[in-house]
Amino acid sequence: MERTFKIFRYDPEKNGKPHFQTYKLDCPSGCTVLDALYNIKGELDGTLTYRRSCRSGICGSCGMKINGINCLACKTQVEFLKGKVIYVEPLPGFPILRDLVIDLEPFWEKFEAIKPYLINNSKPPTTERYQSEEDQLKIEEASWCILCNCCTSSCPSFWANKEYLGPAALLKAYRFVFDSRDQGAEERYRMLNTRSGLWRCHTIFNCMDACPQDINITDYISQLKTRIVSERY
Amino acid sequence: MTHKHDVIIIGSGLAGLRAALEVGKVADVAVLTKLYPSRSHSGAAQGGIAATLKNVDSDDCVEFHIFDTVKGSDYLGDQDAIENMCNEAPEVVYETEHMGVPYSRTEDGKIHQRKFGGHSLNHGKVAVRRSCYAADYTGHVLLHTFYEQCIKNQVRFYNEFQAMSLLVKDNVCQGFVAWDIINGGLHVFHAKAVMFATGGYGRAFKITSNAHSSTGDGLSLCTRVGLPIEDMEFVQFHPTGLYKQGILVSEGARGEGAYLLNGQNERFMERYAPTLMELAPRDMIARAIQTELLEGRGCGPNKDHVYLDIRHLGEAKITAVIPQIKGLCLDFAAIDPIKEPIPIQPTAHYSMGGIPVTVDGRVIYDAKNSIVEGLYAAGECACVSVHGANRLGTNSLLDAAANGRRTGKAICADVGKLKHSELPDNPMKAAQDEMNRVLGGTGKEKVIRIRHDLRDSMEENCGVFRTSEKLTKQKQILKDLHERFRHIKIDDKAKIFNSDLMEAIELEHMLEFCEVIVEGALNRNESRGGHSRTDFPKRDDDNWLKHTMAWRGEDGKITFDYKPVIIKNYQPMERKY
Ligand SMILES: Cc1cc2nc3c(=O)[nH]c(=O)nc-3n(C[C@H](O)[C@H](O)[C@H](O)COP(=O)(O)OP(=O)(O)OC[C@H]3O[C@@H](n4cnc5c(N)ncnc54)[C@H](O)[C@@H]3O)c2cc1C
Ligand code: SF4
Ligand code: FES
Repeated sequence: MERTFKIFRYDPEKNGKPHFQTYKLDCPSGCTVLDALYNIKGELDGTLTYRRSCRSGICGSCGMKINGINCLACKTQVEFLKGKVIYVEPLPGFPILRDLVIDLEPFWEKFEAIKPYLINNSKPPTTERYQSEEDQLKIEEASWCILCNCCTSSCPSFWANKEYLGPAALLKAYRFVFDSRDQGAEERYRMLNTRSGLWRCHTIFNCMDACPQDINITDYISQLKTRIVSERY
Repeated sequence: MTHKHDVIIIGSGLAGLRAALEVGKVADVAVLTKLYPSRSHSGAAQGGIAATLKNVDSDDCVEFHIFDTVKGSDYLGDQDAIENMCNEAPEVVYETEHMGVPYSRTEDGKIHQRKFGGHSLNHGKVAVRRSCYAADYTGHVLLHTFYEQCIKNQVRFYNEFQAMSLLVKDNVCQGFVAWDIINGGLHVFHAKAVMFATGGYGRAFKITSNAHSSTGDGLSLCTRVGLPIEDMEFVQFHPTGLYKQGILVSEGARGEGAYLLNGQNERFMERYAPTLMELAPRDMIARAIQTELLEGRGCGPNKDHVYLDIRHLGEAKITAVIPQIKGLCLDFAAIDPIKEPIPIQPTAHYSMGGIPVTVDGRVIYDAKNSIVEGLYAAGECACVSVHGANRLGTNSLLDAAANGRRTGKAICADVGKLKHSELPDNPMKAAQDEMNRVLGGTGKEKVIRIRHDLRDSMEENCGVFRTSEKLTKQKQILKDLHERFRHIKIDDKAKIFNSDLMEAIELEHMLEFCEVIVEGALNRNESRGGHSRTDFPKRDDDNWLKHTMAWRGEDGKITFDYKPVIIKNYQPMERKY
């Protein structure tokens, strides 16, 4: 079926203003928005620019705003999108480099700030460190985050204050603080327990709506808050 | 701009990152990648990583793993390299756990393990639980954990930089040239040691489990400077790609007990591998499926696919141990695998061949194992060869992690003796010429059309079953596609994030190494592992128990030489399952 796409365009080299460009494309059943972008780029306009890699929802490259909702282009089927026109825009709240490509450096900075790695300075055993099934389940879902930035870029608290760590970084903090093998909680609390840290999460739930992995982000952030309060005060 | 480091690794998948962690202990190391590290295709791996931890099946042992890998390789794997990999596997996996990989756990808190194709006890008697897993996110959590450790150890990253040309003179590597995708512009990378970890090339085929970025760049970067590539005719077709999409339905599903059914509702593997059934190696199952289809026993109106059935596992188990598979089926095929069987077909998945290296990852330039000074490779882009003619499931994450580590150690051992060799006068010339040529093209050909013709024809003529006739035809098709490529025109002339240019450059890489795949397949008059010639249906150990080394000249002419297979404890036998 032929569908109309209005795609956000911005080319800094052409000094042009950001605008929407209209493309019409035949989209068979099963066609994803990423497939559509691929065909528009290949057949209609090679200058259309976006990121992609895995096309199966696991690499986190293709986060964008489609009909007003942050999601992965490769996981969004065109036929399920309602309305005459499909709007495609870059994820909000980040500097735009070109078309749908945003500057991710601020995202990675926040990610690195919470020390996103296991901290355990004891000498490891010759086999694995044991962890109960129950303890593993606490961090399992959180470890499925693909760092797509759909959540952080959907968060009004982040839009209002770009210093805010944002849900993706906080989720990563949860994943380590709640890992029974980790000993770095104290170091992380210093980063988390600040005005641009945990307490800027006002439980708005946008992040959870946006998350393509259906991770209970807000719930995990709440658990972090409870943990900090109970250990610190 | 010129960047100087002791060691630069091209590629940030499992192999590249694992090596970086090793090298970072002794030298100044940087990783350069055309994506962001966490977006490398290693993250798509679902099923697991093999190691004889004996956490679930206490009768398992390293020797069985070695045997299974040798037999799985159809005896083309080098047994010294296989022994190293399997011996090191437990330590390699424990290390990943210490780094923080959140593995699924057994009741007693150990790393959980599941069955996988071709892995068995007692030399093929019964399937064994050897694959260590984290639900069906194993590659994802391994990749993220390695990246996290790189952050911890302050590894320098050049993200969204595409390697464009290698600088090698008199078999000494000087560095390479890469293109800054975000800002445009070429940069010279001057290093004592360069390592390739550029991954696979599934994108050369129509139906593939691989990412858009899996275009095998590293292979043609090597052939362009006169280096050989090895065993390229061996391409793995994974039996269970989602119908029409190729997206992988992990073998983990069969490890957990899934059935394969044809249009007559038969578990047809009974006819092909009565002992291991659905857990036979991939090459055999892919051929079995293709045979069912060719003989009219497929499913659906066009009888062009078969079913993978997991319904009997039950919702609880599916959601607990293979949740990603459920999601993929729902999102990409609108199928609920708890209620319906999953339509599948073979999908181009893995490259057994690659850049030839010694058991320690040092790149070689001839069949006598002569070493290119300062050049290394590991992971899917390399051919050690641990997979021979067919790779077993879960052995490739292991290969990337174990040989990434081993290669890292070799670099550590060498780097003290290596120096920054003098760069040529105009190091950027080759890369600049290539970019100018593509940007300046004024012809009528579109990149997307050539790419589609390439992958459709590779699928048709160089797929699961091959014949001399089809391969000869494909050789000509590739010549024609090359000619057409000379007349391309791309729309985008911008500096910033010019992905139009990037896709054209990647296409040319594929056109080049596909010639090596096709001519290698035409040359090898036998059937072995993933290479199946219906006109030569038998394995021919008298003439072909050897590795192919292929050189591609500037004129596109391919020349071959051969390297003996290293055989230690296991003499070739007939391969039955
Ligand atoms: C869907 C799927 C599932 C799989 N499941 C399993 C499994 O369960 N178990 C198992 O053992 N194996 C599995 N495999 C195979 C395994 O995942 C891969 O073989 C392995 O991860 C490859 O790792 P790598 O580090 O060699 O390459 P990759 O992870 O592919 O990384 C390649 C890197 O090279 C970079 N690169 C490439 N070209 C350039 C260039 N020109 N310039 C700069 N950078 C470049 C890329 O950016 C990327 O960072 C699976 C594969 C797929 C596709
Ligand atoms: S939590 Fe979800 S939305 Fe946020 S980065 Fe991770 S996967 Fe993306
Ligand atoms: S392309 Fe990888 S998540 Fe969409």
